[in-house]
Amino acid sequence: MPAAKQHLFRTSLYASGASPVNMQQAVFYNEDCIVYDMEDSVPQSEKDAARFMIYNMLREHRPLEKHVQIRVNGLYTPYFAEDMQAAVLCRPDAIRVPKVESAEEVHKICARLDELEKAYGVEQGSIKIWCLIESHIGVLNAREIAGASERVEALVLGAEDFTASMHATRTKPGWEVFYARNMVLMGCRAEGKACIDVVFSDINDLEGLKEDARMTKTMGFDGKTTIHPRQVDTVNAMLTPTQKEIRYAMRVLDAIREGEKNNKGAVSLDGNMLDVPVMLRARNVMALAKAAGLKIEGDYYDM
Amino acid sequence: MLELKKVAVSGTLESSDVQIVLEPNPGKGIQIDLESDVKLQFGDSILETVKKTLKKMEVEDAVVRINDKGAIDCTIVARLQTAVCRAAGIRYDWNKEALNASR
Repeated sequence: MPAAKQHLFRTSLYASGASPVNMQQAVFYNEDCIVYDMEDSVPQSEKDAARFMIYNMLREHRPLEKHVQIRVNGLYTPYFAEDMQAAVLCRPDAIRVPKVESAEEVHKICARLDELEKAYGVEQGSIKIWCLIESHIGVLNAREIAGASERVEALVLGAEDFTASMHATRTKPGWEVFYARNMVLMGCRAEGKACIDVVFSDINDLEGLKEDARMTKTMGFDGKTTIHPRQVDTVNAMLTPTQKEIRYAMRVLDAIREGEKNNKGAVSLDGNMLDVPVMLRARNVMALAKAAGLKIEGDYYDM
Repeated sequence: MLELKKVAVSGTLESSDVQIVLEPNPGKGIQIDLESDVKLQFGDSILETVKKTLKKMEVEDAVVRINDKGAIDCTIVARLQTAVCRAAGIRYDWNKEALNASR
């Protein structure tokens, strides 16, 4: 399967549709993705109000440099139908759908999106879906969900609901979600889709957040959901290539280019063979650096 | 004309929000009662937004009590639309927004 298209999804920050001040302030932070929420942060009595708030806010004050998303209520809730109408009218980059458990559900969501895009004059296929995986069934079906449609752009693992479905206890070390993280990530990689890691719930523990974000990066996730603005810069920094990583990637690409010029089949650097995975990693680092807006001399971004 | 059937409230007294209480006012037109810390600077603009939104929603008779805490226009519109639907006891027809956008 081809590699996932390079977008910057390092951080996602929710803005509650129940709070005008929350939505107005959320645009001033450095998150890559802003998620206007109709679901968990909105009480049942205010679901109607949240739709109007998000629709009017996005119509008048849509942030230009962010990936704009809307989280609707679940497919089987009484709110889903109207949420989708309002959401499609907003023309977001993506709609987040909670508690997705199967490819069949993705097909139902896509069918509804097809109808609404056509009815509202929105470019067909332009609105992507981010599926929230929040149960053991969803984790087990991660690959089929990721591959269910071209519209599926990313899967997002939701740890709190997942651990509840497992009768587990949520902890900072996170061993109770380790298998789920790997399953969802592998499903995404197999289908060429992005994968977003779980939140770190303690907003006062920045050291703990750094450790958790380091795990997010080491495992290979494309981003992480944040639950408070003060987490955004820490996670962005962790998920942006470091100077050391960029310099090494440049050396790898230089060595490969030199090898090609001299018709060498096998190339080494610092005593290590540079095979295809090393080259792909180097290209990925440069792609992330480019997406993050880092200026680098030379033509490394085109290699 | 959209008839309001009961008293309805929307919004909160949180900063940057507006609380709107809408009451039926059969045959007596629109009556607006505005409380706002920025009434002097933005009172006229708020009233215009409210009247325009009510007209678009075809509400001709209503008492509108507004307690504004510095809401921007889109918040006022959203809270008023919510209050109208609740007071009229209707589900909003979102398809109208698509028609409006295409005009």
